[in-house]
Amino acid sequence: MKAYLFVFAALMALLGATLGLAFLDLGALNLVAALAIAAAKAALVLLFFMHLRESDGLAWIAVGAGLTWVAILFGLTFVDYGSRPSPRAPVTEIVGPLPGALGESPSDAAPVK
Amino acid sequence: MNERARGNSILGMWIFIATEIVFFGVLLLSYAIYRWAYPYGFAEASGHTQLLKGTLNTAVLLTSSLTMALAVREASTGRPGKAQSVWLLATAALGAAFLVIKGFEYRAEFAEHLVPGPGFVYPGPLRGQVEIFFKLYFTLTGIHAIHLTIGCLLVLWCARAARAPIEGVGLYWHFVDLVWIFLYPLIYLVKRCG
Repeated sequence: MKAYLFVFAALMALLGATLGLAFLDLGALNLVAALAIAAAKAALVLLFFMHLRESDGLAWIAVGAGLTWVAILFGLTFVDYGSRPSPRAPVTEIVGPLPGALGESPSDAAPVK
Repeated sequence: MNERARGNSILGMWIFIATEIVFFGVLLLSYAIYRWAYPYGFAEASGHTQLLKGTLNTAVLLTSSLTMALAVREASTGRPGKAQSVWLLATAALGAAFLVIKGFEYRAEFAEHLVPGPGFVYPGPLRGQVEIFFKLYFTLTGIHAIHLTIGCLLVLWCARAARAPIEGVGLYWHFVDLVWIFLYPLIYLVKRCG
């Protein structure tokens, strides 16, 4: 009971932290901090509320398999997008494919007729 | 349920959760690609989400995970009594509260013409990008709400039937909470400074 209440208090504190940090201008670190806090909250829920800490290897394999495939999914996708010119200016209306597709960068994309 | 059946039902739920991780992973990947492509549109669109309701809902779901964990703890004592039903009903009530708050949120967005489709109205040059954000927003939160609705029904089943697999239902409930933990910053906190 006590452990659960402690985990709950930590989750609420992390919620407050992520909300507060969002109002500070940290540049790219805003996203990093938000995702790190979300991962910490997820770890607390998995390990304590879902008892992953005390469970046998099979539950770890299931979670690990799911996360591994998602990592492959994101990894291979952003190997591609990361090699394209990234959007710089607040580009205007979307009219065509994603910037970078078909070898175009948003700055020199021709308007679609 | 004997010990072996109990272990199997828990493992079955973990394997189902693995498939759910990939399912939501794909949805989040489409979010990530569009956010990578349109960072300004996403920052602007996120400013139009209902931060207060979203934060309140996060707190509601975290609390419901606590009550669910306490209900499962009662079951593990081997002589579940009234306390277990109370915790389960509290969990279902918090889940329902989340859905009600979400409903008010959708209503506000509908009134502001932020629902994608022919009724979508948004001033400014980033209209198309903002609409894409809200398409992803309604898809992600809608699918999450369906999961939560199923969770509420499963929890009520556990409260009624002593033979229900309460540990597996608990795992499912916590997983739905996990999804929201990631959705919260991605929807409401894209840009709140400056």
